[in-house]
Amino acid sequence: MSMQIEDPRIVEFDVQTDEMLVNMGPQHPSTHGVLRLLLRTDGEIVHECTPHIGYLHRSAEKIGENLNAPQWIPYTDRMDYLAAMNMNLGFALTIEKMIGMEVNEKAKHLRVFIAELGRIASHLVGMGAYGLDLGTFSPFLYAFREREIILDFFEEVCGARLTCSYLTIGGATHDLPEEIEIPDGLSALLLMDKGQRAPFFDVVEMFLCWLEKRIKEYHTLLTRNAIFIKRTAGIGVLTREMAISYGCTGPVLRGSGVDYDLRRDGESIYTRMYEGYDFEIPVAEFAEAPREVELGDNWCRFYVRMMEVMQAIRLVRQSVPKYLAAEGTHREPFKFNTKLPKDEVYLETEAPRGQMGFYVVGNGTAEPLRARAKSSCFCNLSITDKLCEGVPLADVPSVVGSLDIVMGEIDR
Amino acid sequence: MDIQEIHSLLLETFGASAVGDATFDATDPWIQVSPDSIVEVGTFLRDDERLCFNHLNDLCGCDYLEPDEKKVAKFGHEPHVEVVYQLSSIELKHRLKLKVVLPRWKNDKEGQLPEIPSVSSVWGIADWHEREAYDLVGIHFLDHPNLRRILCPEDWEGHALRKDYDFPLEYHGVRGR
Repeated sequence: MSMQIEDPRIVEFDVQTDEMLVNMGPQHPSTHGVLRLLLRTDGEIVHECTPHIGYLHRSAEKIGENLNAPQWIPYTDRMDYLAAMNMNLGFALTIEKMIGMEVNEKAKHLRVFIAELGRIASHLVGMGAYGLDLGTFSPFLYAFREREIILDFFEEVCGARLTCSYLTIGGATHDLPEEIEIPDGLSALLLMDKGQRAPFFDVVEMFLCWLEKRIKEYHTLLTRNAIFIKRTAGIGVLTREMAISYGCTGPVLRGSGVDYDLRRDGESIYTRMYEGYDFEIPVAEFAEAPREVELGDNWCRFYVRMMEVMQAIRLVRQSVPKYLAAEGTHREPFKFNTKLPKDEVYLETEAPRGQMGFYVVGNGTAEPLRARAKSSCFCNLSITDKLCEGVPLADVPSVVGSLDIVMGEIDR
Repeated sequence: MDIQEIHSLLLETFGASAVGDATFDATDPWIQVSPDSIVEVGTFLRDDERLCFNHLNDLCGCDYLEPDEKKVAKFGHEPHVEVVYQLSSIELKHRLKLKVVLPRWKNDKEGQLPEIPSVSSVWGIADWHEREAYDLVGIHFLDHPNLRRILCPEDWEGHALRKDYDFPLEYHGVRGR
């Protein structure tokens, strides 16, 4: 049967599309782990984005109720596994605050040295993986090349690369080594022979000099890249009020223009570590930003992290002479079966991803009544549904990536 | 403002029925608030210019119970559930800890969750923290926009951070314990 078309020039304009539910994750490369996003989309536009978490839930808090304090330190590693040193530090300081212990000068400077190296390693992954989310592969490889050397340092220091359990209650498990073999990755980069030995701090300085120049390269690769700016500037704008109300912390908060960093504004037991150090806290907005950038968008969050790497390099450099000049041991004794007092203590520290808090309730026994880890990424992730409203589907990875989440920390 | 001034200010504004005792000599001093007035107290703490507690750092539940009868005498707490609010102010850079004490079960009937008004209208992040406290500690937050489990699957039974929680024998054919 032939069909009669009334007027072939009439084109139907009001094409109707149904809303579609798109399931993104939990095994999706750009969700940074096992995050599942349920997207309600109208064509290309996301109307609603519901994050579903818990795929990596390991009941770390329940386990903590059955272990004594030093035994729980390895579990804190496995929460934010990209910044294990900073997690150890947070929990160790909480227990020290509880029992009224203050570590000596040497251990303090050692902790600054290690924690800031951890921050560099963590932000390098954040930067590289964000490039990967947006479709560029090379920054990721460069970032991992540099991070590898930091992990080699950690291996020389404590034997582990990722789950260090190094900073512990009373200081650190080992003292820093005097002389190490130059990591293969570094000697290859510096065109040196393999297997040479050099004093530890000289090797670290060699690495920092190398890294400093590379950061400038990353700025040309990503920060000032026209495509990168198109994918990040003006997208996922988080206002100052919303960032505070939704408990965002760390680079996410500072990317929204809030000048707040616990290394300066935190509790005295934590800020005393950074006393006498000269460093700046990068806060949006930036005078050097491209003109498309808005306060609190993806670009700002990314740039805060990049600037923090430079400040962390400064802090590592300052900590070395202070550590060498300080007296005392790297570790005050703390017995495994030390009974925790009947007290409850909460302490937050500035981990690379935001303010990591630990809440410990003691009960007169070695095992705490409650060991709670307040995750910074958990709070940062809770705004995804607000940020993803009305953005095109392709920008969802850009928004989620800019929050730099680690699922191990969110699900605990 | 230090905690003693905040306590007397809260007592002045809300009266002794809403604001309970404060413990000043603990490492982290806290103020106890009655469950019914937590939303008003929270709104006041957030909006008052002298206090400006606009950042909810943490909200968590804690179960006080000693399941072992031999150790009850040494335990030293009556069985109860606490909700702990850790507040701080971004501008004024001070901190405050609030506590709400609840019974372990509503009307002492095992299985009925204790109830407390939600503060998610005051601080946005309380939404997720309360979902977690509901999921793991078993506290029912009234007027919560979306009180579902967040870390455990939706068909999970029990609340894992309760001290008398029994790990299930099996879950969808997966053997536990």
